[in-house]
Amino acid sequence: MTKTKKINIKIDGINVSVEEGTTILNAALNANIHIPTLCYHKDLCVAGNCRVCVVELKGAKNLVASCAMPVSEGMEVFTNTGKVRLARKHIVELLLSEHNADCTKCYKNGNCELQLLASEMLTGEHMFLDLVPDQHYTIDMFNPAIIKDDSRCIRCQRCVRTCEELQSVSALGVAYKGDKMKISTFFEHPMFEVVCTNCGQCVNRCPTGALVERNYVDEVWDAIYDPTKHVVVQTAPAVRIALGESLGMNPGKIVTGKMVAALKRLGFDSVLDTDFTADLTIIEEGNELLTRLKRALVDKDKKVALPMATSCSPGWIKFIEHTFPEYLPNLSTCKSPQQMFGALAKTYYAQKRGLDPKNIVSVSIMPCTAKKFEANRPEMRSSGYQDVDYVLTTRELGIMIKQAGLAFESLPDEHFDSIMGESTGAAVIFGSTGGVMEAALRTAYELVTGREVPFDGLNITPVRGTEGEIREAAIKITDVLPEWKFLEGVELKCVVANGLANAKKVMQAVKDGKADYHFIEIMACPGGCLGGGGQPIPTDREIRNKRKEAIYQEDKGMPIRKSHENPEIKQIYAEFLEKPLGHKSHELLHTHYTPRKRY
Amino acid sequence: MSELVQRVDLIFGEYSDQKYKTLAETVGRSNEDIIKDLLDSGLKGRGGAGFPTALKWKFTMEQPADERFVICNADEGEPGTFKDREILSKVPRKVFAGMAICGKVIGAKRGFMYLRGEYKSLLPGLLKEIEIYDETAKKLGIDFKIEIRMGSGAYICGEESALFESMEGKRGEPRNKPPYPTVSGFMNKPTVINNVETFVNVLMICRIGPIQFRKLGTHDSRGSKVFSVSGDTPKAGIYELELGMPLAEFVEEFGDGDTKAVQVGGASGFCVPRKKFKDTIIGFEGVPTGGSMMIFNSSRSMYNVLHNYLEFFEEESCGQCTPCRVGCQQLRKGIEAVKRGDKPVVYLEQLMKLSETMKITAKCGLGQSVANSFSSIVSNFKEEMIY
Ligand SMILES: Cc1cc2nc3c(=O)[nH]c(=O)nc-3n(C[C@H](O)[C@H](O)[C@H](O)COP(=O)(O)O)c2cc1C
Ligand code: SF4
Ligand code: SF4
Ligand code: SF4
Ligand code: SF4
Ligand code: FES
Repeated sequence: MTKTKKINIKIDGINVSVEEGTTILNAALNANIHIPTLCYHKDLCVAGNCRVCVVELKGAKNLVASCAMPVSEGMEVFTNTGKVRLARKHIVELLLSEHNADCTKCYKNGNCELQLLASEMLTGEHMFLDLVPDQHYTIDMFNPAIIKDDSRCIRCQRCVRTCEELQSVSALGVAYKGDKMKISTFFEHPMFEVVCTNCGQCVNRCPTGALVERNYVDEVWDAIYDPTKHVVVQTAPAVRIALGESLGMNPGKIVTGKMVAALKRLGFDSVLDTDFTADLTIIEEGNELLTRLKRALVDKDKKVALPMATSCSPGWIKFIEHTFPEYLPNLSTCKSPQQMFGALAKTYYAQKRGLDPKNIVSVSIMPCTAKKFEANRPEMRSSGYQDVDYVLTTRELGIMIKQAGLAFESLPDEHFDSIMGESTGAAVIFGSTGGVMEAALRTAYELVTGREVPFDGLNITPVRGTEGEIREAAIKITDVLPEWKFLEGVELKCVVANGLANAKKVMQAVKDGKADYHFIEIMACPGGCLGGGGQPIPTDREIRNKRKEAIYQEDKGMPIRKSHENPEIKQIYAEFLEKPLGHKSHELLHTHYTPRKRY
Repeated sequence: MSELVQRVDLIFGEYSDQKYKTLAETVGRSNEDIIKDLLDSGLKGRGGAGFPTALKWKFTMEQPADERFVICNADEGEPGTFKDREILSKVPRKVFAGMAICGKVIGAKRGFMYLRGEYKSLLPGLLKEIEIYDETAKKLGIDFKIEIRMGSGAYICGEESALFESMEGKRGEPRNKPPYPTVSGFMNKPTVINNVETFVNVLMICRIGPIQFRKLGTHDSRGSKVFSVSGDTPKAGIYELELGMPLAEFVEEFGDGDTKAVQVGGASGFCVPRKKFKDTIIGFEGVPTGGSMMIFNSSRSMYNVLHNYLEFFEEESCGQCTPCRVGCQQLRKGIEAVKRGDKPVVYLEQLMKLSETMKITAKCGLGQSVANSFSSIVSNFKEEMIY
């Protein structure tokens, strides 16, 4: 379908010409007229259920929802008549009348779309009866990652659409009707008992405080203030290109140096980098892939699980545990970089710094809510302690920086501490879809052939994923080193997918025998970690694209761009791990998975 | 019977001597010809909204598509309406014949009847009739299959787009419009959805011709209508009457001599008080109705009547849109608060404004029509709301 036809309409007296199919809402934006919305989100299909975006049409008795109404030739729209204003005010008042609006006790206070609308509409006088006392709202606080508070839900169904359209998990749905209609899980089980992957995409899109991350801000402050504790912090690759947004900067700014400076000023004892263990993941996972290939190609071992799938996205892990449990052996046994880091912080790092691991508090800053759940998994205690004590989202770090009164934008650029603070461009791109694949190929290809990957400037663009797309690539391996002879001429088939809806498609193709991949990279979130559930709100496609540009720019600017060239990686193998997939690695860096129920 | 209340025997009249005779005669005619007859007949939908049937079919027929559907809305959920049940048990053949004509005209190969869950007892009879239809269709070379889908008890699933969702196995929530069913209905294909009675009217127009049909009713309301008469009446039941009669005559015929008000069109319709009986015409130019006529005498509390309707809407709203989900609760609790004296009488004005907002902002006909009964009862029986 070609959509080139232009439609001419008038909005508040202004002539606007837009493409056929454009909604009134977007046409109004073209004329710099902002219409309030609540259920509308750029990433999702149009629901048209909140009705705050209503506008008046010339010649029509009823108002129309501008987010759902396409323009038509000659249409005359009025966005600010008395009729419209009263209707919108009524609607916001109605929402507030069923809402537990004690904003000062709410995590979204100051960052809430309902609150903002209420303040714009001067809803001081309580037009209608308070319905809250008669409602039997529930709060689900059982999950270490996400809190669901129905008393703050406006039933906009953004979360439902997110979970279904983007993630094809459908952990959340609508239950009951009429006054009892609510957002619910399977038979109203707590979220931790159902298929929810903790990806937090719903949290990122919830306009109110009904779905929020469980925050550990106070716990982290307490640890920092405790003189007996040594608090280490690691920061994930996708945080440094998004944190600025939480602190008033435009999307797409790289703030690595300022972030490090801020963390030091907050009082962390050591500011380290998850990128270090991202590089380590590449070494371990690359070797794991080559080993599996050897067992399949040389030993003709039928039981070897190929294709091998990446395991650094904990939302994806929980998804596959629920939805494709028969494919758990196909997951790389590598822990996520966060958990590798945690295990090393309380072993290797503790030894090197002469610290008692029991006094180390290990904090991670992640673009992700699923990592909160991951840190609490019983498997993740290989140091003898909980490997990662607290996981904060990018947003929570933003809050801490504000609490500390730091003028973020004017902070100087500072460097990560050592050890475990050194990283490469390969690690940085872990934050984007296709990044793990590219980083792995940069290393594995060189290991096998002795040559750099045959791509201009090491940029393996064919595997750079695009949002919402499944990207397949095949890389032919030729002129290999003698010890890798079995790989001569092998075409390595890779696939990269982001968003769980796409992950499901890939796994279904594998299951149906329609795909013969060797290596699968999956990121649970749209666009990869840069679009993670813990990233600043709002996040939408345009913003994700800016973050993505920033990530590849950061990669380009790094002096070292291949994981195996990271000097600290060489050092840790020499001093501690001995060799990839060695005994220590298995103990600290690898894990196993648990099949789970399908609802 | 009063002169102005005319009983008619169009819908319930006997079957023709030969099975599906009218259908057999109609399949040979051109589609344009049939549409023209429907247009000339002035037939408007009998499900409540009163959209001209000819136009609905024409739009669907002209919409480019690889597949189109015909759906018969037999969800009949409006309180006080039970006329479709009567049609389906007495003259189901006429319904299926009307659907088959629609299938031919719009180029659909499949038709569905969405049957109210509570009408399960009608199913054996309907399935038997479908067997007869299938045989006839085979003989006549009609490539149009009819299936029955059962509803599951939610009033909202009678709303056309919620009905499609329900048929597609999803939660019965109304969709945004546009696109209308004529463009994107069941399975997002162009779909004609008509009420049971509308299909029978189509068949009768094909049988007797538009000129004969137009003789019944008034300028804006052609034909007859099947009414479900209930409440304080000695003659509760189903009556097929000519459209366009004054309410006063109706009350004289059906009332018990002490009629205080008539609720025309069910809970989503209007309440007409005694003083307005004379000036109220039953039909699209006056007060339209899907068929429900509830008669109240002076022993009834109109507060209770309204409270009852509001409870119904509060529960039957699908709950997705704000004005309807929360508005219904506010209206019900609001009149309670005024009655108790917790809110001043002027609060009724506030509620009237709220109902107006619901009317102009709700996503579907359910929320939009709550104001009909609310404002007509509150404004005409204000004392009953207070004391
Ligand atoms: C809440 C609600 C319930 C409805 N229930 C019915 C119903 O039970 N039967 C029906 O024919 N139409 C019902 N309608 C109207 C349908 O949406 C639709 O307009 C009708 O089926 C069209 O048929 P017609 O053109 O033949 O009247 C309902 C509408 C609303 C808003
Ligand atoms: S969700 Fe928004 S409006 Fe509601 S209490 Fe929280 S901040 Fe206030
Ligand atoms: S966290 Fe992810 S999987 Fe869980 S409900 Fe939200 S969107 Fe769905
Ligand atoms: S939980 Fe949030 S996103 Fe979901 S319906 Fe409620 S307010 Fe909307
Ligand atoms: S008006 Fe009522 S029934 Fe209709 S969509 Fe809105 S909430 Fe649902
Ligand atoms: S934003 Fe348009 S209806 Fe909610």
